[in-house]
Amino acid sequence: MTGKKSNPLFIVILCIATVIFIAPVIIVLVNSFKGQFYIADRPFELPGADTFVKFENYINGIRKTNFIRAFLYSLFITVFSVTGILFFTSMTSWYITRLKNKITSALYYMFVFSMIVPFQMVMFTMSKMANVLRLDNLIGIVVIYIGFGSGLSIFMFSGFIKSIPLEIEEAATIDGCNPLQTFFLVIMPILKPTAITIAILNAMWIWNDYLLPYLVIGNKYKTIPIAVQYLQGGYGSRDMGALMAMLVLSVIPIIIFYISLQKHIIKGVVSGAVKG
Amino acid sequence: MQKTLKKYFPIFVIPTFAAFIVAFFVPFLMGVYLSFTEFTTVSDAKWVGFSNYIRAFSGSSDFLNALWFTIKFTVVSVISINVLAFLLALLLTRKLPGTNFFRTVFFMPNLIGGIVLGYIWQLIINGVLLKFGVDITFDAKYGFWGLVILMNWQMIGYMMIIYIAGIQNLPGDVIEAAHIDGATGVQTLFKITVPLLMPSITICTFLTLTNSFKLFDQNLALTGGAPGKETQMLALDIYNTFYGRTGYEGIGQAKAVIFFILVALIAGAQLLITRRREFES
Repeated sequence: MTGKKSNPLFIVILCIATVIFIAPVIIVLVNSFKGQFYIADRPFELPGADTFVKFENYINGIRKTNFIRAFLYSLFITVFSVTGILFFTSMTSWYITRLKNKITSALYYMFVFSMIVPFQMVMFTMSKMANVLRLDNLIGIVVIYIGFGSGLSIFMFSGFIKSIPLEIEEAATIDGCNPLQTFFLVIMPILKPTAITIAILNAMWIWNDYLLPYLVIGNKYKTIPIAVQYLQGGYGSRDMGALMAMLVLSVIPIIIFYISLQKHIIKGVVSGAVKG
Repeated sequence: MQKTLKKYFPIFVIPTFAAFIVAFFVPFLMGVYLSFTEFTTVSDAKWVGFSNYIRAFSGSSDFLNALWFTIKFTVVSVISINVLAFLLALLLTRKLPGTNFFRTVFFMPNLIGGIVLGYIWQLIINGVLLKFGVDITFDAKYGFWGLVILMNWQMIGYMMIIYIAGIQNLPGDVIEAAHIDGATGVQTLFKITVPLLMPSITICTFLTLTNSFKLFDQNLALTGGAPGKETQMLALDIYNTFYGRTGYEGIGQAKAVIFFILVALIAGAQLLITRRREFES
């Protein structure tokens, strides 16, 4: 704003910051190719002739943590939970925004209330509940995510739906649409930008979530965060090499996701923050 | 339309609401009830009144220590994250070359999950501390600053993006007018830019506040509470009270209710401040 000349000092500061932001990931990447006993002692050294182990850590880590399975579990849970959240909460949001009575506004406030409750408040009772109702499997946890994630999604969808002019829906009704047709043919396409934001926020939460899946399905199905934590604390001496390799493998899908959807992610996170 | 809509209640609302009942509503009510009982498996709950709440504070000093550690951590993180994010946002709105690249890089850590972040930083911090012959669990102050550094690394990019959006929406003519009136860069910053950015500052403050206050994964992975329980934050203390040993579930649930109330108070304060500003403007 003041002085439009690009001061070289600013560029230097930004480059230093870039190094600080990238270095931790690079250091882990470099260490993932070193023998496991050379990592904790000399983390800032490049692998040399005697410490370079090629992909040994990766092979070890994948075997020990069953990483491919963990990846598929994480993918399954994230994809179906996000799809389910979008599908069901958009329907509910439209309904409770358009039909105004005591029940629907009570529902709205209940959903919004759930947003501020920290997970620790319900972790014990929720995992017990999941156990009793046989929801401690991959399908069950999707149901739990839909229920637990509905607050934020309904809050955001409802905020957007309020801004859609009623005339559009009235025209659809006059043309003979029933509410289901009106919703799926007319409203859903309009919801797309908000749906992308909600999808990204929920995907980031569910993909990285540790405690909820650990308590609900952790014994049988180890998602990526559970597998990483298990490798660390699970048994005997800790295999630093395998840990480094698994950290790298956990970060790669996130970076691919980020680079391919960068614009949507940044926009989604900002509008999510402003509303949330 | 309202009348036909009524008949569709089961299709539009019941699926979401059923999941909500199972995953949140019943567990929440049960949680409140169980905090007043002694139990190990829910079905054996015995009413004990407020004794869990009293024991949460009097039984051991863990909870108060965790509360104090969490408050210290939250204050330091909120200030450092917001100051640094704001400075980066100022730099990145100066139309410097490579702005998009820098923005992309700074935001990246925000997408990495807490457990993975914790182990990445454990390697780095232990590597540095090794030169002094100690590691992160040697002293609580290492764990404290380790968590602060980790949190800064994770959240600066996110807050920076919100500040950038705010700065780009500033009315350009006001700043130009200040410039013509002879205001220096520093004066413009503190007298015009900062006051106009108050909405962004409020959002960022509360986002960092709640995220720091509720921190769990990073705490578990980076220090696990060590040494002893000295770097244990509230969420981790509640988890350990529940699952550490049997017989303490009631106290864990009482701590969770207190934790919930504290988080709700923060959310209430945010609502109040935002409402008041909307009312004024």
